[in-house]
Amino acid sequence: MALSRLSLRSNNPFLKPTATSLPPSTRRHVSTDTTPITIETAAPFTSHQCDAPSRSVSTSSAEILSFFRDMARMRRMEIAADSLYKAKMIRGFCHLYDGQEALAVGMEAAITRRDAIITSYRDHCTFLGRGGELVDAFSELMGRKRGCSDGKGGSMHFYKKDASFYGGHGIVGAQIPLGCGLAFAQKYSKEENVTFVLYGDGAANQGQLFEALNIAALWDLPAILVCENNHYGMGTATWRSAKSPAYFKRGDYVPGLKVDGMDVLAVKQACKFAKEHALKNGPIILEMDTYRYHGHSMSDPGSTYRTRDEVSGVRQVRDPIERVRKLLLSHDIATEKELKDMEKEVRKEVDDAVAQAKECPTPEASELFTNMYVKDCGVESFGADRKELKVTLP
Amino acid sequence: MWGILRQRGIDGGGLSLRRTRSASVSARSYAAGSKEMTVRDALNSAIDEEMSADPKVFVMGEEVGQYQGAYKITKGLLEKYGPERVYDTPITEAGFTGIGVGAAYAGLKPVVEFMTFNFSMQAIDHIINSAAKSNYMSAGQINVPIVFRGPNGAAAGVGAQHSQCYAAWYASVPGLKVLAPYSAEDARGLLKAAIRDPDPVVFLENELLYGESFPISEEALDSSFCLPIGKAKIERQGKDVTIVTFSKMVGFALKAAEKLAEEGISAEVINLRSIRPLDRATINASVRKTSRLVTVEEGFPQHGVCAEICASVVEESFSYLDAPVERIAGADVPMPYAANLERLALPQVEDIVRAAKRACYRSK
Repeated sequence: MALSRLSLRSNNPFLKPTATSLPPSTRRHVSTDTTPITIETAAPFTSHQCDAPSRSVSTSSAEILSFFRDMARMRRMEIAADSLYKAKMIRGFCHLYDGQEALAVGMEAAITRRDAIITSYRDHCTFLGRGGELVDAFSELMGRKRGCSDGKGGSMHFYKKDASFYGGHGIVGAQIPLGCGLAFAQKYSKEENVTFVLYGDGAANQGQLFEALNIAALWDLPAILVCENNHYGMGTATWRSAKSPAYFKRGDYVPGLKVDGMDVLAVKQACKFAKEHALKNGPIILEMDTYRYHGHSMSDPGSTYRTRDEVSGVRQVRDPIERVRKLLLSHDIATEKELKDMEKEVRKEVDDAVAQAKECPTPEASELFTNMYVKDCGVESFGADRKELKVTLP
Repeated sequence: MWGILRQRGIDGGGLSLRRTRSASVSARSYAAGSKEMTVRDALNSAIDEEMSADPKVFVMGEEVGQYQGAYKITKGLLEKYGPERVYDTPITEAGFTGIGVGAAYAGLKPVVEFMTFNFSMQAIDHIINSAAKSNYMSAGQINVPIVFRGPNGAAAGVGAQHSQCYAAWYASVPGLKVLAPYSAEDARGLLKAAIRDPDPVVFLENELLYGESFPISEEALDSSFCLPIGKAKIERQGKDVTIVTFSKMVGFALKAAEKLAEEGISAEVINLRSIRPLDRATINASVRKTSRLVTVEEGFPQHGVCAEICASVVEESFSYLDAPVERIAGADVPMPYAANLERLALPQVEDIVRAAKRACYRSK
């Protein structure tokens, strides 16, 4: 597979487009090097009703290293969630994102915390990307008070309003009109911010998408619809559910871009491009070609509708973390050992967060009745036995 | 938690059954040699038999075919009947429900699966406006022989958007029939009745009951078996208090009745089976015998099924009541995720026992 080409924008003698690596004693410690460098994406973008952005992505060694760390952290979090679910410490539904990390990380690199994100139930890594803490995530998954939704939401309902992350939605496709509504509010308030509306290839066929997109286009809303095409809507492959699986074209009159969603730099470039477009010209669709290693949820083995060879094939050839590792090594930004150490640190970080979350208490019984309304006006609410448990809402 | 289910060959009677690897199989006493069946197998066999009997019956929904059903209710049907009778749909409830109702207008008999009834809200306009009201609006020209089925109510830890009970909503609509099976026999008899029925039927199953085994009679195993729509079943005779409920809560009510019996209170447990039409006659006859009423449901309390039952009894059997009517329902809150809060949000056996004792003026 073609490696990215490196071109220099500075005279940094340590970053040469050759394969020679310098002796460790003279190699600069590069983890904080923010000197701009340019890297080409592995594949070009395909566009619909617009000109594709350049393949040359502006980045830095520090940024690429942060990509590695952030994706590794997300990967470990999802693997830990898998174990916790099997140990019955997580209940109900649990939809994991491992394989799709480049999307969450690349997007954050292109936007600010004033830009909004809304997504489906596959939301753990999006939460982390928005600055969510591991302990808050694990606490929520295990139904503890410390959870990001006080333990009342669960896996599918993570939120972080102070970072403009609006959840965490369980009904397929519902987040799309909601996201267009966030964009509406941004435009209404004359903010120069945009909303990224994430949905899957399964949700791409929902009528409400087309209704909301039509309005967004009519009213020039700064909405960026991001189709996370992991090729399976629950257990159904795209070719069995979509007459046209060219999701980036499905907006018809709305421009679209098809992106290699396993290439974090391509994701960053596409999101940067989309934000500029949306602020000037209204909605745009980004189709991110990605993959999930787990099944639809922890109740789905993910092996009845795809072969194990397919899954392991993607892992070998397209894994987003491995691609960044190769990039870091081939451009001498870090050594194998440094990266392995980083992964060990991340692993410890995640393990510590899990341990900490396990110690957190469950919510108080009185929490059953909190947050019903903002303004309660003395409204009554009842427990299962209305004569035994009746409260006036706090 | 996917039980391994054997493909069933239906040849009217010669069925051997096996328990699934479900975690909770409640022990029931039964005569040696009598058969047991899980609710899952009961539903599967019912759909299978009705598809075999009537070529107009077809199945439609998400993952019903190749995946064998999200909860394995439609397992084996695609292999047996082929893609022209079993349709995997995209995740687009409004679209495929409307298509199902349209097919029913033209005389076909769709069995539309909602992966849970929470998702039926995406399609509720078609259930109410396109299906329920059509026969009336067209003065009988367009009847809608469709069945909407799937799991309803709370599961375990699935949170606010996946735990709602829709019995009260659908049962308030004239033109719909709304059924809620409890046992395997209920599942078989009511689903077969629903599929044969010329009117739109909302068939509310329960995910946590799918793996439960129940004894089943030879009569219920016959392919012609059918239960009447609109008739409740008295699951347990009693004389001191009437407990009325449906679906999973029937099991809880029976456990409560056992506990009450230990304290000398004889509870009569009525399994509604049919929410609409509601069997007011059976309920009132029972209350006229016991003089006390406890109603139980999993759904939200305000404007619930229990409210209608209480109203009916207060209206029709007021002078027979010796105590205020009792309602045990889900808590008046969206379903929380945390396990301890979820437990508080749902009726427990002790709630039913407490209410029954209150009705018998035997609290504490």
